[in-house]
Amino acid sequence: MALNLVYLAIITALGSALLPILFYRSISASKFVAFNLLGISGLSGILGGGMALLRHIDISQELPIGLPWLPCHLHLDPLSGFFLVLVSLVSLIAAIYGPAYVEEYQQGPQPLLPLTLFTGLFVAGMQMVMLASDAFSFMIAWELMSVSSYFLVAYQHQNETNRSAAFIYLLMAQVGGLFILAAYGVLAGFSGAFDFTSMQLVELSPAWSSLAFTLALIGFGMKAGIVPLHVWLPQAHPVAPSHISALMSGVMLKVAIYGFIRFVYDLLGHVYWQWGVVVLIIGSLSAILGVLYALMQHDLKRLLAYHSVENIGIIYMGLGLSMIFYGSGYPQLAALGLIAALYHCLNHALFKSLLFLGAGAILQQSHEHDLEKMGGLIKKMPVTAVCFLVGCISISALPPFNGFVSEWLTFQTALQGTVLSNHILTAVISISAAVLALTGALAAACFVKVYGICFLGLPRSQKAAQATEAAYGLQLSQILLAILCLAFGVFPTWTVSQLDTIAQLLLPAGMPVATSHGWLWLTPVSMDVASYGAPLVFFAIGCAWLLIWLWLHPRRKNTTIRIAPTWDCGFGSLNARMQYTASSFTMPIRRIFRPVWSVSENYKKPDQENPGGKYQLTVDDWVWLKIYQPIGRLLLATARRAALIQGGNIRVYLVYSFFTLLFLLWVVSL
Amino acid sequence: MNGWILALAQTILFLFCAPLLTGWVKWVKCKLQSRRGAPPWQPYRDLLKLFRKEVVLSESASPIFRVAPYIVFSVTALAGAVVPMFAVGLPSAAIADVIVLVGFFALGRFFLALAGMDVGTAFGGMGSSREMTISSLAEPAMLMGIFTIAMTVHSTNLASMTRYLLEHPIQLYPSFVFAAMGMLLVAVAETGRIPIDNPATHLELTMVHEAMILEYTGRHLALMEWGAMLKLMIYSILLVNLFLPWGIADNFSTLPLLIGFGSIVIKLFLLGTALAVMETGIAKMRFFRAPQYLGLAFILCLLGMLSHVILEIN
Amino acid sequence: MNYAQLSLIEQLILTLSAMVLLTSFLLLAQTRIISLINIFAAQGFLLFLGTCLIAQSSGMYHLYISAGITLALKVFFIPWQLRRLVKRLDIRRDVENVGGPSMIMIAGGALVLFSYYVALPIRELSTLATRNTIAISLAVILLGMLMMITRRKAVAQVVGFMSMENGLFFAAVVSTYGMPMVVELGVAFDVLVAAILFGIFFFQIRAGIGSLDVDHLNRLHEVDR
Repeated sequence: MALNLVYLAIITALGSALLPILFYRSISASKFVAFNLLGISGLSGILGGGMALLRHIDISQELPIGLPWLPCHLHLDPLSGFFLVLVSLVSLIAAIYGPAYVEEYQQGPQPLLPLTLFTGLFVAGMQMVMLASDAFSFMIAWELMSVSSYFLVAYQHQNETNRSAAFIYLLMAQVGGLFILAAYGVLAGFSGAFDFTSMQLVELSPAWSSLAFTLALIGFGMKAGIVPLHVWLPQAHPVAPSHISALMSGVMLKVAIYGFIRFVYDLLGHVYWQWGVVVLIIGSLSAILGVLYALMQHDLKRLLAYHSVENIGIIYMGLGLSMIFYGSGYPQLAALGLIAALYHCLNHALFKSLLFLGAGAILQQSHEHDLEKMGGLIKKMPVTAVCFLVGCISISALPPFNGFVSEWLTFQTALQGTVLSNHILTAVISISAAVLALTGALAAACFVKVYGICFLGLPRSQKAAQATEAAYGLQLSQILLAILCLAFGVFPTWTVSQLDTIAQLLLPAGMPVATSHGWLWLTPVSMDVASYGAPLVFFAIGCAWLLIWLWLHPRRKNTTIRIAPTWDCGFGSLNARMQYTASSFTMPIRRIFRPVWSVSENYKKPDQENPGGKYQLTVDDWVWLKIYQPIGRLLLATARRAALIQGGNIRVYLVYSFFTLLFLLWVVSL
Repeated sequence: MNGWILALAQTILFLFCAPLLTGWVKWVKCKLQSRRGAPPWQPYRDLLKLFRKEVVLSESASPIFRVAPYIVFSVTALAGAVVPMFAVGLPSAAIADVIVLVGFFALGRFFLALAGMDVGTAFGGMGSSREMTISSLAEPAMLMGIFTIAMTVHSTNLASMTRYLLEHPIQLYPSFVFAAMGMLLVAVAETGRIPIDNPATHLELTMVHEAMILEYTGRHLALMEWGAMLKLMIYSILLVNLFLPWGIADNFSTLPLLIGFGSIVIKLFLLGTALAVMETGIAKMRFFRAPQYLGLAFILCLLGMLSHVILEIN
Repeated sequence: MNYAQLSLIEQLILTLSAMVLLTSFLLLAQTRIISLINIFAAQGFLLFLGTCLIAQSSGMYHLYISAGITLALKVFFIPWQLRRLVKRLDIRRDVENVGGPSMIMIAGGALVLFSYYVALPIRELSTLATRNTIAISLAVILLGMLMMITRRKAVAQVVGFMSMENGLFFAAVVSTYGMPMVVELGVAFDVLVAAILFGIFFFQIRAGIGSLDVDHLNRLHEVDR
C-alpha cells in the first residue's frame, strides 16, 4: 500500500510536469492542472513515506524498465520514507504557494509552461532518488533532479547574472555526479553487480572503503553544499523563483544527505572513526563560515542561501559525531547522533522553506531584493511578518521551536564524548561544540538583523512603503509551515521515537531510552544526565505570559496608552535614513572577524554628485577568489593551449588523419 | 506534590527578591564612592512608580514592541524556576537543563534586540547590534565552561551539577577553578555590568542594554527592568550554587530548607558586595576591547576543558 | 586511578600546574612590558609553590632547595633586573602590537593538545603522582618558544626565553623529581648570566640600529641586496 502511494506520488508529479502542455492555450487551466497535481503528489508522498516510517515498512520491487541486464530495483524503507515525507511536504506547500506567486511571471517575457514542466520533473526526480535501489536508477533519478533544477534556476535567463549562476550550478552538479558515479563504481567493481543489496554484502579493505567514502563525501557534499564546495549555493538559490528556492534549499540538499547516509551507513557498512573526525571538522567549518558569510549579505535570498550552508554544516556535525561513536564501538550514542542529524534535516526543511516563501512574498509585494531598501513591513504584511518571525526564531535555535531541539540533541551527543578512550578526540569534540555554540549565537544575531531591518522600523524606500499583504495562497502555505515548526518543537519525543526506527535500521542499536519517560520528557542517555520537557516549557511560557497580562490588564483604565511621535531629543525631523542599516548592524562583527572575508571599503568625501559622501562596501568569498577563480583561469589557459591543435588549415587536418592511419597500420601489423 | 509547591514558592521568592539584590549592589557602590545613596529597597519603589505611570508608544512601534517586555519577563521568570536556589531536586529542575537555560536567555535577548530595532531610531539599532555581538562572543565561552563541568559530572542537569560538589566536599578540580573564572567573566558580560556595559550611564553612545529599552515607558519599562534584575539574580545564583554549593538543602524537610535559604542569602550578599567593589575599581572598556575580554573568558574555559582532559582523566 | 581518590595536596599541585599553563597563555597575548614581567614573576611564584608541595608530598626534600633557587632567581632577581633595564632603556610606555592575537591563541591551544598527544607514551611509563603534568610542562616550553617567534620587541623575547626555561625546570621536577643538583645549579647560573648579558646587549643593539625591534636586526647581513 505504501509503495503504491509512492508510485502515485511520482506519477502525479510527472503528470503535473507533462499534462499542462496539453492546455498550453489557457494559462489558468495549465496552472490549475499543474499545481493541483503537484499538491496530490505531495499528499500521497507524505502518506506513503509516513506509512513506511511509522509502520516500519521495508519492501522491495523490481520493474522491468531500464537496461536489459539491469532492471530497475526499487526499495522503500523507513529512511527513504522519512526523506520522502520531507520532499513531499515541501512540494505540497509549494503547490499551495505556487498559483498566486507565479502570477508575476505570467506578465514577464518568459512563458509559464517551462516553469511547471521542470518543477514537476524536479519533484519526480527527487522522489525517485528515494526509491532507487540500484546505482543506475539512482544516477538517472539524480541527474533528472539536477538538470531540471538547472532549467528552473535559469528560468529568468534574460539576466546575465542568472545565466552565469545557472552555469556554475550545472557545472558543479555534473562534477558532483561524476564523483558519486565513481563512488558507486568502486562498490560495484568489488560486488560485481549494481544493485544495493549486493553492494551491502561485499566487504572492502580499509583503503578501498576509505576511497569510496572520500568520493561519496565529495560527490554528495557538492550537492549538499559543504565548504569549500558550496560556491554554487549562494549564486543559484537567489535567482530561482522563491518556491523553487524553497524546494532546492529545503529538500534538494536533504536528498544529498539521504544519498550520503545511504551510502555510508547502508552500503559501506563498516564505519571508521577517522571518517567521523573528517566529517565533524568539515561540518564545523561549514557551519561557522556559512553563518559568517551570511551575516555580511544584504540580499535577502543570498543570505538565506548562506544559512543553508551553515545548517548543512550542523547536520554534518551530527553525522560526524555519529560516525565517531559508531567507529569507536558505541552504537547507542551513534544512534543519538544520527537522530540529531535527521531531526535537523526535518527542521531545516521546515524553517528554511518558510523563510524562502516569506522572502518570496516580500519580493512579490515590494519588488525589492535588497535588505537596505526594506523596512516597516510588519504593518503592511502582518501575516507574513508573524510567520517569518516564527521562521527566524526557529532557525536561531531558540526554545520552544523546532530548531532548538535538534541543536540540543547535537550538544548532548557531543557531551557524551567523554566515554571515548582517545582523549584528544574528546577535546576536539568539545571544541567543535563551542564552534556550534558560536554558530548558533551568530545565526541569532543575523536574524535579528534580517527581521529588524526588513519588518521593523521605518520603510527605507518608496516601494517598501507601498507594499501590501500577499495573496491567500502565500499566507496559507506560510501559516502551515509555521504551525509545523512549533509542533515539532513542542512534541520532540514523538518525533525522536519515530526517528529511532531509522537508527535501529542502520545501526545495531537504537536509542529507546530517549523516549522512555513518556511523551512529556526527552531524555537522551538518561533522566539524570539531561532532560527537556518541551511541552512543559511551552505551557510555562504561555502561563507566565497569561498571568502577567491578567495582573496588568485591570490597570489599563488607570494607565492608558498614548501614541506619540518618536522622541527625537528635541532636534526634530527623524527620517528613515537615520536608522541602522544592515551593513551597520553587522559592523562590529565585520571588524572582529575581519580575516574571514575579503572586505574592501571605500569612502568618498562629499562632492558634487554625492553631497553626503559615498560609502561602498564589498564583501567577497575567499573560497571563490582563491580556489575556484584560479582553477577556472587554469582550465581556460589549458583549453586555449589545447585549442592550438585546431589550426584551421585543412592540410594540417589531413596530416593528422595521415599519421593516425600510419600508426594504426603499424599497430595492426604487430 | 510537595516538590511542586516548593518550586512555586522558590519562583515567587526569586521574583520578589531580585530587586533587592540590584538595590544592594547599588547601595554598596554608593557607599564605596562616599555617597549617601538610596536604600537597598529603592528598586521596589522604582518599579511600583513605573507600574502606575502612563505608557507612551511611538507612532512607528509595532506589536513586537508591546509584546517583547512580556516575553522577556516570562522567559526570565521561567529560567528562575529552573535554577536551584535553596533546594536541590525540585521537579521543576527537570524541565530544562543548563543548555535549555542558555536557550531561554537567548530567546529573551532576541526579543529585546528586536524591540530595540522596532521604533526606527539610531540608538536602538546600535544597542541591538552591540548586544548581539557581545552575546555571540560570550556563548562559546559559556558553553565551554558548562561542558567542562558537565564532563566531570557526566550530566547537564542543574540539580546533578550542584549535587556533585556537595558529595565531594574537599576536592579541588583545576577544571572547575578555570570554569569558574571563565564563567564569572561571561556572567559579567551577559548581565551588562562594568567593564562591558555601564547600567547607570546616561550617555547613549556608551549604552548597550539601556539603548535597547530607551523607548520604553510605564509598565513595559518596569517589566524590562525587572527582567534585567532577574537575570542578574539568576546568573549570581548559578555561579554560587554551581561552584560553592555548600549549605543548599538536599531534601524537603524544614531545617535543611531554612539553612539553604540562609546560606543563599549570605552568598548573594557577599557576591553582590564583590560585584560592587569590582565595578567601582575598574573602568568600563571601550566596546572593541570586549572581544579581547570575551576571548580571555574563552581561553579560561578552554584551559578548564584541557586540564580536565589532560589532568583529571586517567 | 580516579581523580577523586587523589589527596588534597596532589589536587592542589595539579591545579597549580594548570595555573602555570594559564600564565603561559597570558604571556602570549600581553602587550605591556611591565605586565609581561609581572606575569613572568607570577609564573615563577606558582612554580615555587608547586615545587614546595611536591617536595612535601613526595618526601624529596632537596626539591626545597630547587624551589628556593627558583624563588630567588625567577621571582625576585630576574624580574628586578628586567624592570631596571626597562627603566634605563626608557621603554616603559611602549606597547607592542601583537599581530593576529586570535591566531596565536588558536596555535597555543593546538600546541597544548599536541604536547598532550606527544606526552601520552611517557605518561604510561611514569609511576609518579604528577605524571599527568608532563604534558603541561612540555606545553609551557612550546608556548615559550611560540612567544619568542611571534614577538618583535627584544625584552618580550627575553621573557619568552625565560619562560621556556621555567617549563624545562617544571618538566624536570614532575617527571623525575628534579635534576641532579649540579645540573640544576649550572642551569640556574647560566640563566642568571644570560639575564645580565641581555641587559648589556640591549644597549648595544639600540645604539647600533636605533630600535629594539628584532626584525630590524636583518640589516646585519653580509650580502647587499
